[in-house]
Amino acid sequence: MTELTDLSLCAIRDGVAGGAFSAVEVAGAFNDAVAAAQGALNAFVVTTPEKALAAAEAVDADRAAGRPLGRLAGVPIGMKDLFATKGVQTTAASHILEGFVPPYESTVSQKLWDAGAGMLGKLNLDQFAMGSSNETSYFGNVVSPWRKPGSEAALAPGGSSGGSSAAIAARLCPAATGTDTGGSIRQPAAFTGISGIKPTYGRCSRWGVVAFASSLDQAGPMARTVQDCAVMLEAMAGFDPKDATSLELPVPAWEAGLSADLRGKVVGIPREYRIDGIDADVAASWDAGIAWLKDAGAEVVEISLPHTRYALPTYYIIAPAEASSNLARYDGVRYGLRDLPQGAGLQEMYAATRAAGFGPEVKRRILIGTYVLSAGFYDAYYTQAQKVRALIARDFEEAFKVCDVILTPTAPSAAFALGEKSSDPLEMYLNDVFSVPASLAGLPAMSVPAGLNRDGLPLGLHLIGRPLDEQGVLNAGLAIEQRAAFSARPARWW
Amino acid sequence: MSVTPETVARIAALARIKVTEGELAAMVPELNGILAWVEQLGEVDVSGVAPMTAVIPNTLRLRADVVGAIAETAGDRRDDVLANAPAAEHGFFGVPKVIE
Repeated sequence: MTELTDLSLCAIRDGVAGGAFSAVEVAGAFNDAVAAAQGALNAFVVTTPEKALAAAEAVDADRAAGRPLGRLAGVPIGMKDLFATKGVQTTAASHILEGFVPPYESTVSQKLWDAGAGMLGKLNLDQFAMGSSNETSYFGNVVSPWRKPGSEAALAPGGSSGGSSAAIAARLCPAATGTDTGGSIRQPAAFTGISGIKPTYGRCSRWGVVAFASSLDQAGPMARTVQDCAVMLEAMAGFDPKDATSLELPVPAWEAGLSADLRGKVVGIPREYRIDGIDADVAASWDAGIAWLKDAGAEVVEISLPHTRYALPTYYIIAPAEASSNLARYDGVRYGLRDLPQGAGLQEMYAATRAAGFGPEVKRRILIGTYVLSAGFYDAYYTQAQKVRALIARDFEEAFKVCDVILTPTAPSAAFALGEKSSDPLEMYLNDVFSVPASLAGLPAMSVPAGLNRDGLPLGLHLIGRPLDEQGVLNAGLAIEQRAAFSARPARWW
Repeated sequence: MSVTPETVARIAALARIKVTEGELAAMVPELNGILAWVEQLGEVDVSGVAPMTAVIPNTLRLRADVVGAIAETAGDRRDDVLANAPAAEHGFFGVPKVIE
């Protein structure tokens, strides 16, 4: 028999609903997997086996009583530790929020519990979601379950949703929440051979999600199949009056709308993404993706997104600017860490608290953000970046006049080793070169596994859609998933 | 534009982050590397382009002007609000003396 922890989200949902196994059995199997892997992978900041079991018991009781089951009934999931969870420590992987226990629940997590999901624990991440390798967490690196064959070198699970990606790839949970500001769902999904979608900005409520860059932050699901992502996104999305940027629109039936038949669809291939010195395996997987989408019936056309090369520098002005403002709230007064040196006044307490509570990458971004917003520099940096951002969004508008969905690689390489890029912030930033433009334009975008590179490590393909066209993105993702038939998984060494 | 140690010290003071001399020395070249890189945006012709204010067109809503429209902010939650404060005293946030 297939182990319960190998099942997809949909297989668990259907199996629980049909009585093939109980929700409690499922929760128990995943709780055991989480506990066995924690020492080696460090995917969780805290584990909550009792929460997973309690949710499962409620589902089993509902089923026994003949009550209707939620769309995620019996599915235990991981929750990125950026979502406020009532009564469970929420840290954003930072020291400054260590010990913070929210008295409220984020909208997205509440929707998932209402749908019958249970929480296995809070997943590790880059501190305040700032990073691409999960090396900026105060609670230690997450180690990818993937290794190069014959090597024991620890690889990055991607970031910032690296706990989520590692846990799903290692079969510690069938699905998890992620958040994506510049690629934080898609790049870790690509690094670990799983799927993940960032919906259109405004689809998922940001209420109760620790803020990084508010004009970019979006929550989304990560799982091993496109269908699982569709099901979970349906549960997460929806209008929330508590988020001023929440879109007041009904949630489409994405799962029911799934179709890998792309006849009549046009796929755009942006020539600017074929960067100089592109990794040969990444280029080959992109070509394979083009062939798969043609095989699914799509027409493929070359398109131009002329301002692509300016997307990363634009992002690294706007995101730090918003972060410097958002993170001003951590003051050692209302919640979180306080560092009060002997005899210090209020201002010295602020500075000491923030020095002790933020890691180096967070400080770097707050300082960059403070600088680009400061008097005399605001127009040269921030206003200019917001204008270039408008041009980047316009590039996509023009492109979507001639195509329905855009195909690119997710990341410029497969997973790198922990420590390989952490000494040079700029080199780390370049990892988001393919994912950042869609973030700046607020577009739905997804990564799906495409295959393995020469080193036996996963590569992802990236689909970008029109605003609100998650369905088009999911469908193209499904067409690739069916043809790539990605079945590789990390050999268990933990 | 490149930043000097004095500029970084001023920015850190504005951001209320205490930095040591050693941290300051390390940050100056890092920040200069990042700033030199983002300055390529200056070459983009943005004449006639309005700065982006919202990625997805949306209108700002007004909620009903009543207390309790949203349960979490309806008031009467003092103990919840103070529960995570590092130094709550007498039902207030405690801070070091601010009056000279």
